[in-house]
Amino acid sequence: MIAWKIGGEQGEGIDSTGDVLSTVASRMGYFVYGYKLFSSRIKGGHTTYKVRIANVPVHAATENTDILVALNQDTINQHARELSGGLLLADSVIKPTLPDGVKATLIGLPLTEIAKAHGSVVMRNMVSVGASAALLNLPSQPFLDYVESKFARKGDAIVQANQEALMDGYERVKREFAGASQLRLDSPVPGDRLVITGNDALALGALAGGCRLMCGYPITPATDIMEALSKWMPLVGGAVVQMEDELGSITACVGAGYAGVRAMTATSGPGFSLMQEGIGLASMAEIPVVIVDTQRSGPSTGMPTKQEQSDLMAIVNGGHGEGPRIVLAPSSPEEAFEDGWQAFNLADTLQTPVLIASDLSLALWSQTVDRAQLNGPKVTIDRGPVLSAEQLVELGQDTFYRYQITADGISARTLPGTKLGQHLATGVEHQPSGKVSEDPGNRAKMMEKRLNKLKQVHRLRDGVKWEGPSDADLVLLAIGSTVGAIREAQAILQHEGHRVAISWLRTLSPFPVEQFRERFQHCGQILIVEQNATGQVGLLMRAAGVYDDSRCHSLLKYDGVQFFPSEVVTAARPLLQTFVEVSG
Amino acid sequence: MATLQEFKTAEKSWWCPGCGDFGVLAAMQKALVAVGAEPSTTAIVAGIGCSGKLGNYINSYNIHVTHGRTLPAALGLKLGNRDLLVLAAGGDGDAYAIGMGHFMHALRRNVNMTYIVMDNHVYGLTKGQTSPTSDSGFKTKTTPKGSIDRPVHPLMLAVSAGATFVAQGFSSWQPQLARLIQQGIEHPGFALINVISPCVTYNKVNTYDWYKKTLTNLDDDPDYDSHNRPQALARLDITDELVTGIVYQEESEPYEAQIPGFRDVPLAHQDWHVDDETWNQILASFD
Repeated sequence: MIAWKIGGEQGEGIDSTGDVLSTVASRMGYFVYGYKLFSSRIKGGHTTYKVRIANVPVHAATENTDILVALNQDTINQHARELSGGLLLADSVIKPTLPDGVKATLIGLPLTEIAKAHGSVVMRNMVSVGASAALLNLPSQPFLDYVESKFARKGDAIVQANQEALMDGYERVKREFAGASQLRLDSPVPGDRLVITGNDALALGALAGGCRLMCGYPITPATDIMEALSKWMPLVGGAVVQMEDELGSITACVGAGYAGVRAMTATSGPGFSLMQEGIGLASMAEIPVVIVDTQRSGPSTGMPTKQEQSDLMAIVNGGHGEGPRIVLAPSSPEEAFEDGWQAFNLADTLQTPVLIASDLSLALWSQTVDRAQLNGPKVTIDRGPVLSAEQLVELGQDTFYRYQITADGISARTLPGTKLGQHLATGVEHQPSGKVSEDPGNRAKMMEKRLNKLKQVHRLRDGVKWEGPSDADLVLLAIGSTVGAIREAQAILQHEGHRVAISWLRTLSPFPVEQFRERFQHCGQILIVEQNATGQVGLLMRAAGVYDDSRCHSLLKYDGVQFFPSEVVTAARPLLQTFVEVSG
Repeated sequence: MATLQEFKTAEKSWWCPGCGDFGVLAAMQKALVAVGAEPSTTAIVAGIGCSGKLGNYINSYNIHVTHGRTLPAALGLKLGNRDLLVLAAGGDGDAYAIGMGHFMHALRRNVNMTYIVMDNHVYGLTKGQTSPTSDSGFKTKTTPKGSIDRPVHPLMLAVSAGATFVAQGFSSWQPQLARLIQQGIEHPGFALINVISPCVTYNKVNTYDWYKKTLTNLDDDPDYDSHNRPQALARLDITDELVTGIVYQEESEPYEAQIPGFRDVPLAHQDWHVDDETWNQILASFD
């Protein structure tokens, strides 16, 4: 496992440098996890891109860095302490100096000058990649191949210039700093994989699941979903509409859901607050719709580029009144893909809004995924009960009862355009026919009908995941991107000889009470690891009646920085000791 | 071909006797018959307020949404199934207060649908408060000393925002109103029909008699050219928008005809499975 980081000003090609390294390492058969530090501005401002590379899957961020590439002194001042004896590759033009007390090997190379010599300062990213590849003791050929495929469309001259810039960086490190790097990656494990973010995986899942209309409003960190679908929708005949606001986005999706098309919107906290009224409408009128909330630090504008999982209460319970909604929580790109299509099947079969609780780290950070896990053509599409004109004729009713009371609460719908299926779908309380009604008996029945539908969710979906011994002394419990951190923490603790399991919630609402009880019946202590200040996963557990005060502990983080496995390990160790003392 | 009777429901109206909305409803039903519409392929989106109850009284597919959001819902409905005849209807509060943001963008987007605003210059269902189209000085429960806001001028706004069809009717002038709605439906793009629909309970100023005295009919003016934008704006300005007829129209391709790759088969009826070739093409963007 090697951690590489590049730092500089935003707009200086930091992202492209990290992308090249990730992609090539992944093609070579390594697993990568790439994440950034960035601000809500376009040019200027400090930014870093870190890539962890290993021959086993990587899912989390860490504090330590083995190679730091610094394009400015600011990067050195802020990040050199992460090195603890590692390598600092710095552009010599900045006359790099190591802060007091920092142990690192300084490798100065005129990165900017070399790039200019090959034609443009823009190629500094290629020089940096080449030099980094040399420090990682990786062969240069896969990088040269990548440049060729990446720039082929731009012509031979561009390909050649970039390859030469890359090789110049590579060879100068090999020549001038021979032996400086003892870093070695274990042998790669070739496979058919790609590097993907949670946002892109979710968009892929939605597309595979039949989403053909996306109405949204740009917001960090959700915008990628809209941008990805904007690229792909023309290939499948669908559309993306950039709306005037999130009120319009959600309501357009509700209108589309009524028409019978699979529609989704994706937003983050501030937009999600605006969407509550539309979600209520979909719950009340029983219209399928899918909403993604890629959570970021709140409240209000909060920290738009920083990680948090603090919208859970709003996602599960937000808005006025009591309407049915289903909340899914993916923890990896693979699960984001799965939820992307399953959300639509759930929405159509249960005729209710389905919300996907993502978070910034899952949404934006890229990781290696097996291509077989993203098999769009194999996805099943279940449109739920929809009546055709022929079926309506057979029914032989004068009126179509859109909201007929049934045993499971699900009543067949008709899509506009279907003869004899006309009805009123309304956010006002209504009778089985759809006509408005304030009759107390009808009201109670309709409330029960709508809420009863949710009982089907756990039959259709495993809401609680578990890895490790069922009778573990300690279970680390998380949701979303935090699962990556607890998984790595589990490996560290197991290596220390502890019996540790991890668990994560795939369905937040309705809470998978039975599945949770079954999973947690034989284990010892439970450490709930979540990225908010009020322990919202714990609150959901309390509301569900599965929070056991004698076993449950909470580890919270709300500074905007995603969890490091080491933080989880530090919090877990005392619990394991306590357990040993108590049981011994 | 559906008859007028087929567009009616058995539902008893909740509107006050004498409400202008009865005339709007009747004209909509006449227009639907005139264009040869069928109840099953007509979809109506209604907002909140007295006007929002309209969907209860027309036999068609109806969706009654949240306050101010008829136009986004209608956009989703139309893009979801482009074969549907989509009408949106709401009041002046729905359109020009809480829904104003959507209104402006619906005008410039030009999705093929017809928007009927039932404008009575007052909030009726909440029992008499000032509305965005209320005249300055208009006394209501929330403006006991008279409104100090200037009124919205929806027609001038619409023409300047890029609308491709703008008309105004009067609920008492049935033949013209039905014809305007029909022309709006036949217009291939977004059509705004602002309809003066007096409130007999809470607006004692802008009454039927008041409108009959102040309105002028553009149909009676042989020199008026509804394709001339500067002339339309000038006429609206001079008359304080107290006109009926087609105010402005232009030929323009509707939004859905311009979406890249958008197919003729309605989205709701397509086979949504993605084939291997398309899928591999999409995944190639990650290589």
